[in-house]
Amino acid sequence: MSGLITVDDLTNEEIISILDDAERMLPIARGEIHAPILAGKVLANLFFEPSTRTRMSFETAMKRLGGSVLNLGDVANSSVVKGETLFDTMQMMDGYADIAVIRHPRQGAARYSSNAVNIPVINAGDGAGHHPTQTLLDLFTIRSCHRTLEGLNVALVGDLRYGRTVHSLSEALARFGCTLTFISPSSLSMPEEIISDLRNSGVSILETEDLHGSIENLDVIYMTRIQKERFPDEDEYQKVAGVFRLNRSDLSSAKKNMIIMHPLPRVDEISPDVDSTVHAKYFEQAFYGVVARMSLLCRLLGVEISGMVSE
Amino acid sequence: MSEEGMRRVTAIQNGTVIDHVPSGSALKVLGMLGLLDSRSTPISLVMNVPSKKLDRKDVMKVEDRELTQEELDRLAIIAPNASVAIIRDYRVAEKRSVVLGSELTNLARCSFSNCITTNTREPLPHRILVHSNNPLELRCAYCGKTQSVDDIVNNLI
Repeated sequence: MSGLITVDDLTNEEIISILDDAERMLPIARGEIHAPILAGKVLANLFFEPSTRTRMSFETAMKRLGGSVLNLGDVANSSVVKGETLFDTMQMMDGYADIAVIRHPRQGAARYSSNAVNIPVINAGDGAGHHPTQTLLDLFTIRSCHRTLEGLNVALVGDLRYGRTVHSLSEALARFGCTLTFISPSSLSMPEEIISDLRNSGVSILETEDLHGSIENLDVIYMTRIQKERFPDEDEYQKVAGVFRLNRSDLSSAKKNMIIMHPLPRVDEISPDVDSTVHAKYFEQAFYGVVARMSLLCRLLGVEISGMVSE
Repeated sequence: MSEEGMRRVTAIQNGTVIDHVPSGSALKVLGMLGLLDSRSTPISLVMNVPSKKLDRKDVMKVEDRELTQEELDRLAIIAPNASVAIIRDYRVAEKRSVVLGSELTNLARCSFSNCITTNTREPLPHRILVHSNNPLELRCAYCGKTQSVDDIVNNLI
């Protein structure tokens, strides 16, 4: 592995192996074990657009493992505003860091960056493209709760057109034989390239706008935020936001072990009264971002974790 | 070229004859070859002539210019069954066919407005990947967006 741009860069075996390593690193992520196995290594955190969880969890992952982190900082204060190309920015990183994480508003920026440098590049979100490390932590969460990734019935809900987390996740879930239900307003449906790839891989897909009628058969509901700016006016947004919202009362027909996930931040799509149900896993999911990224960083930097972490 | 096609245009002394182009695609082919704006290259076109192989086809003759294999391979996305003859002194000196590779480099820009390559100052090559041959599906190597043949023709570099 020379980097991670899309889930396609990983085989199923590699995904499982990364999740296995991540599980063994839970005590490190909790601060119970000190394991500076990445001491001396430098991570460049290049966030060209805002991020809270992804940027901080990469930083935590690197620091828990004894490594150092360079942050691009506010783009407004960097050479980018002077017109520096992404290519040139990446050339600098090739000399400064051992590995780079990039989030960029332009789609394809991560693949482009990985073509520009020798160090491994991790895609932390490129426009409406991909977000594969979110997928790793999502898969980790699902496996932790269901003890398997195979054959589950998973609904992806909300903004499936521009929500990059669901693009990567649906491709990964399809590879593990999950049945996928895409629930979104028609204007925010899954992009045709992804539907085409999924259908070609033989996965069973259902597309619907009905969230509440689908709940009883599901093992996982993956909610995403519907962004106001995708709609021509406030009324249109409110109409859709009300339909694609989960309340505690909607869950009476759900399976006991059905889990609700969300890449966060949430706005209106999950009512706070869901938080205290057994189904709510989104905050746990955010914590798992640290172990998933620790495991990936070790793998990309060629550092074996066996022997360094108690089994 | 069939006798029928031959009768419609005169023979050329030197240059390239491209035969078996899908009917109605000749102008796209010229676009792909950067010849649409040429004011100095004599070009003869016949369009929609009967063909045993394609039912109807277009044929073009480009005078005084031998197209390179790299140029010809660009045609593969429009005319995958095109047959090409290099003409020297009124005789067929070479026969060539077009080959669709796995990638088209610096042929066209990605059509997606939010692709990283829309920044014209970014120096890496524009890359379109052949995602599948049949049916033909082309995607930007960076952002992954599907590119139609018309997108390619409209965004030629």
